[in-house]
Amino acid sequence: MGEGLLVRKIKFGTVIDHIPAGNALNVVRILGINGDEGIRLAIIMNTESSKLGRKDIVKIEGRELTMDELNIIALIAPTATINIIRDYEVYRKEKVSVPDYIEGIVRCSNPSCISNQKRETAKPKFRVVSKEPLTLECIYCERYTSREEIVKQFISHMGV
Amino acid sequence: MFKGRDVVSILDFTQEDLMKIFRVASEMEAYVKTGVDLLRDRILALLFFEPSTRTMFSFQTAMYRLGGKCLVFSGVERTSIAKGETLGDTIRMMDGYANAIVIRHKIEGAAKYAAEIAEAPVINAGDGSHHHPTQAMLDLYTIWKARGKVGGLKIGVLGDLKYGRASTSFIFGVSLFKPETLYLISPPELQVKPEVRDKLDEMNINYVETTDLINVIKELDVLYVTRIQKERFPDLAEYQRVKGSYQINKQLLTGVKDDLMILHPLPRVDEISPEVDETRYAYYFEEARNAIPVRMALLKLILLGD
Repeated sequence: MGEGLLVRKIKFGTVIDHIPAGNALNVVRILGINGDEGIRLAIIMNTESSKLGRKDIVKIEGRELTMDELNIIALIAPTATINIIRDYEVYRKEKVSVPDYIEGIVRCSNPSCISNQKRETAKPKFRVVSKEPLTLECIYCERYTSREEIVKQFISHMGV
Repeated sequence: MFKGRDVVSILDFTQEDLMKIFRVASEMEAYVKTGVDLLRDRILALLFFEPSTRTMFSFQTAMYRLGGKCLVFSGVERTSIAKGETLGDTIRMMDGYANAIVIRHKIEGAAKYAAEIAEAPVINAGDGSHHHPTQAMLDLYTIWKARGKVGGLKIGVLGDLKYGRASTSFIFGVSLFKPETLYLISPPELQVKPEVRDKLDEMNINYVETTDLINVIKELDVLYVTRIQKERFPDLAEYQRVKGSYQINKQLLTGVKDDLMILHPLPRVDEISPEVDETRYAYYFEEARNAIPVRMALLKLILLGD
């Protein structure tokens, strides 16, 4: 794939592959990585892919993320695959899948929902009513939130 | 089964639960003017962050008739909320004072949030455009009292089905009893939300969405009318057209079933003409009176148990 020209192989860690092109920064953001944790991280964007035409890749060195942590990526990048790397080899390969219940990461699309009131402590919580098309139902106001609305939230977080 | 239970959505209840409430409400009818000393020394907190007349006064009356007492605020001007106190803190405080908390708030999900915080049971008296479960209970009780049953009827719900909390709770409540057909009659702009449609599908309800009141009304056993909210329309001319077509008057009632019941959660503006009040179809004032026995029954069940 020619990515070796851009970033070397990692010894231990997690490679998130097959991210739809242009979404790597959103993936990093949804994982809650800000850059000040000291994690070594490589972001490769718009590289060639036989499956997707173009794709993004995120390599996280020195940390094996759990599938519970990683499945949240499926909210914005459902095609993503996870490679757990040990000693330069792929130790385990998995596809991400949308969890049935989500707490604390996504905001409810309804501005009048209690979970969007800054001074109250109601954490956003959702039941996943459909995985494709992705539809989350707020536990509090029962309003739906779609994948497009979730992606928008992460873009606006980055101030783009 | 009822003791200590929160009342957030009508869908927290089963048909059997609602029948239990109706039977107890029926027993309470004897005491609506004289009272019965069941809840002496119990305190009900009524937290009305949004204005209300019927709901607030009927909860208050129900509690007094049961021999209990109320802590009431309506509007936030003279409370610590005006100083910036959060809803969470207000609930924590009232939880320490009262045996049960009734809350109305413009924020959707406020009652569920309050119920998570409070140990005392929380009753939702309206959260934004979301739910109003106790209104649905008294609406359904009105049908049960007049017809001896709620299920298997042809039910029409008319008006603002998108933003109306009373209509949403009624739609879900009546669905628990499996209507023969549920007609959702509204202008296209004010149809039920996809969230509601999906729940009706999940519940396997036979429902029809239509704009055509004139033909549908002749089919109906019950017509639940709600106010069309002018402020929702981007085009005033459109509002005028829609408003006219949904006004219930004597002429529109020609050819309807003899025992058609017209309900309305009130307040009404002009969607039901006053001339309808004197017809046999008008049940909305009785419906408003039924708030007392139904809310008495609910308070008794929640505070004392079955």
